[in-house]
Amino acid sequence: MRELTYWQALQEALREALQRDPLVFLLGEDIGEYGGAFGVTRGLLAEFGAERIRCTPISEATIAGAAIGAAVTGMRPVVEIMFMDFLTLTMDQLANHAAKFRYMYGPQARVPLVLRTPAGGGRSYGATHSQSLEAWFLHVPGIKVVAPATPADAKGLLAAAILDDNPVLVVEHKLLYATTGMVPDGEVLVPIGRAAVRRPGSDVTLVAYSYYAGVALQAAEQLAAEGIDAEVIDLRTLVPMDTGAVIESVRKTGRLVCIEEGTRSGGVGAEIAARVSELAYEYLDGPIRRVAAADVPIPFSPPLEQLDLPQLADIVDTARQLCRG
Amino acid sequence: MTAVPAFTPSTAEARRVLYQLVLCRGFEERVLKLVTDGSIRGTTHPYVGQEAVAVGACLVLRPQDWVISTHRGHGHLLAKGGDPNRLMAELFGKATGYGGGKGGTQHMADFAIGHLGSNGITGGGIPIGTGAALSAKLRGSGQVVVIFFGDGAANQGTFHESLNLAGLWRLPAVYVCENNLYAMSTPHREACAIEHIADRAAAYGMPGMQADGMDVQAVAAATRVAVERARAGRGPTLLECKTYRFLGHSKSDQRVYRSREEEASWRERDPIARWRALMLEHGWAGAADLDAITREALAAVDAAVEFARQSPFPAPEALTEGVFATPGESCAN
Repeated sequence: MRELTYWQALQEALREALQRDPLVFLLGEDIGEYGGAFGVTRGLLAEFGAERIRCTPISEATIAGAAIGAAVTGMRPVVEIMFMDFLTLTMDQLANHAAKFRYMYGPQARVPLVLRTPAGGGRSYGATHSQSLEAWFLHVPGIKVVAPATPADAKGLLAAAILDDNPVLVVEHKLLYATTGMVPDGEVLVPIGRAAVRRPGSDVTLVAYSYYAGVALQAAEQLAAEGIDAEVIDLRTLVPMDTGAVIESVRKTGRLVCIEEGTRSGGVGAEIAARVSELAYEYLDGPIRRVAAADVPIPFSPPLEQLDLPQLADIVDTARQLCRG
Repeated sequence: MTAVPAFTPSTAEARRVLYQLVLCRGFEERVLKLVTDGSIRGTTHPYVGQEAVAVGACLVLRPQDWVISTHRGHGHLLAKGGDPNRLMAELFGKATGYGGGKGGTQHMADFAIGHLGSNGITGGGIPIGTGAALSAKLRGSGQVVVIFFGDGAANQGTFHESLNLAGLWRLPAVYVCENNLYAMSTPHREACAIEHIADRAAAYGMPGMQADGMDVQAVAAATRVAVERARAGRGPTLLECKTYRFLGHSKSDQRVYRSREEEASWRERDPIARWRALMLEHGWAGAADLDAITREALAAVDAAVEFARQSPFPAPEALTEGVFATPGESCAN
């Protein structure tokens, strides 16, 4: 175990995969000498060469499509899309092809494709560089979605994604790249589809993922000081979702707050709420609450952006109201 | 313009070409009847008239070379060596079809014969084929990828992005544009700022070639030049084949956007009649041989229909199976 930043942990997963498997290669804009917009691939070009650390023109749709073509013919491409917002440009390839090949073409088709992309706001990057669009992929069966919150999970989930024979979207977060945490040495795999209980508790369940898993933990500390014992579930994987872990927690606590950075309507929290209502309604002692961004494009102005994005205080207030009535 | 040496098939190749032309034509004509009488649900995009492109291009490919197809894709699959039984069964939505009945007319693949899939999104296969060419290059496999698309797809952004990437990286890809003059109902002249799509190659650092898409020999000759170039590591080619679909875009098309006179003039250039005449002229076969080959191909269509009709529908559990690959299961690729 060593302390690494989130970006270093991601890089370590990439490096180990590149070393282990000659079929793995990276594809993306400015991932060479520049090291990627957030530095994850810095140094890899010198180490592995331009054939495997393959810089592309600005052509997101074709980057995604070429990765699919390489994947179905036996390679294991790892794509970087510079901002999650730019997934809009790849959506035909991801939603109509990557997600459906296996179902339509049968078992001969495998699409072992990984697409890494930074999501999230908080840096005043404006409406087209700050979005959290992961909920879209809950509605397109055939793509797995992981969203690591810690350096250890960043390494372990990315490594698992590269080994997976399916398309996997790895949602990273801009505010996490510089955060640090203990990361195991050598190959480490975090199984896709399993949530983590970050903090056990008995009064209320806080479900979050990515950057907000950490914010939820902070909220739990504040709540503890008020005598409210919150359990924090870090989903880690959105598709397939570990519904069982959430239900198990709700059986203990009877109360649920779903936390996400994406916009509220049709979001991840809505999906969790629906599943818990369908499968575990009898355990609920109160309404399910959601903390999410407003249904607006992300504004630029720093105070407006903060107003829009979920804040620590919003989570604390929501959980308190739910517990105290 | 690239010089194109003439392509002269062996007698065996010539006979196979006729078989495949008739198989593609006969298959589509039968499918139309089956769609009309309700045996096949959904829609269909007939390839009738364009057969020389698929058959001519695939003639010069090796079995391990790849093709990627379009929404008008039955002919590409058959020309690459696909099984008419499994193709027809897929159209019937049967479990024995290429996708177990879950893909349908626009979504079939047979990786074992180098067919990477037909595609319901116009232009959707162009970047995927480009990625397959990248894969071939990265592994030094010597494989070439022929990427079929229509004139409509050539106006999608992915066409331009993909050709730029392939030109930049000198990928072993041959971009075969089947310019049948209409993107659904939109004439090429009203959708494209220039007359010849092949001229766009200049913008992407690759040669542009044109071939008569009604002539198997011309398509094979041009494709061979492009394939040899790709295989030698000299990069991609854009090959435009001017062709014509004799029928409508899909089953409901009344063809109000073009004249019957125009259709008749293209039918005079029917690739099958042309090939039959050529075979007789060169003595590759006698008239009785031609009729026998034709009967044999049409019998394969009859057999495919019978196979499809006798096959079972998918079991109910197939609905939720196969969304994801699971570790350890057997895979063809």
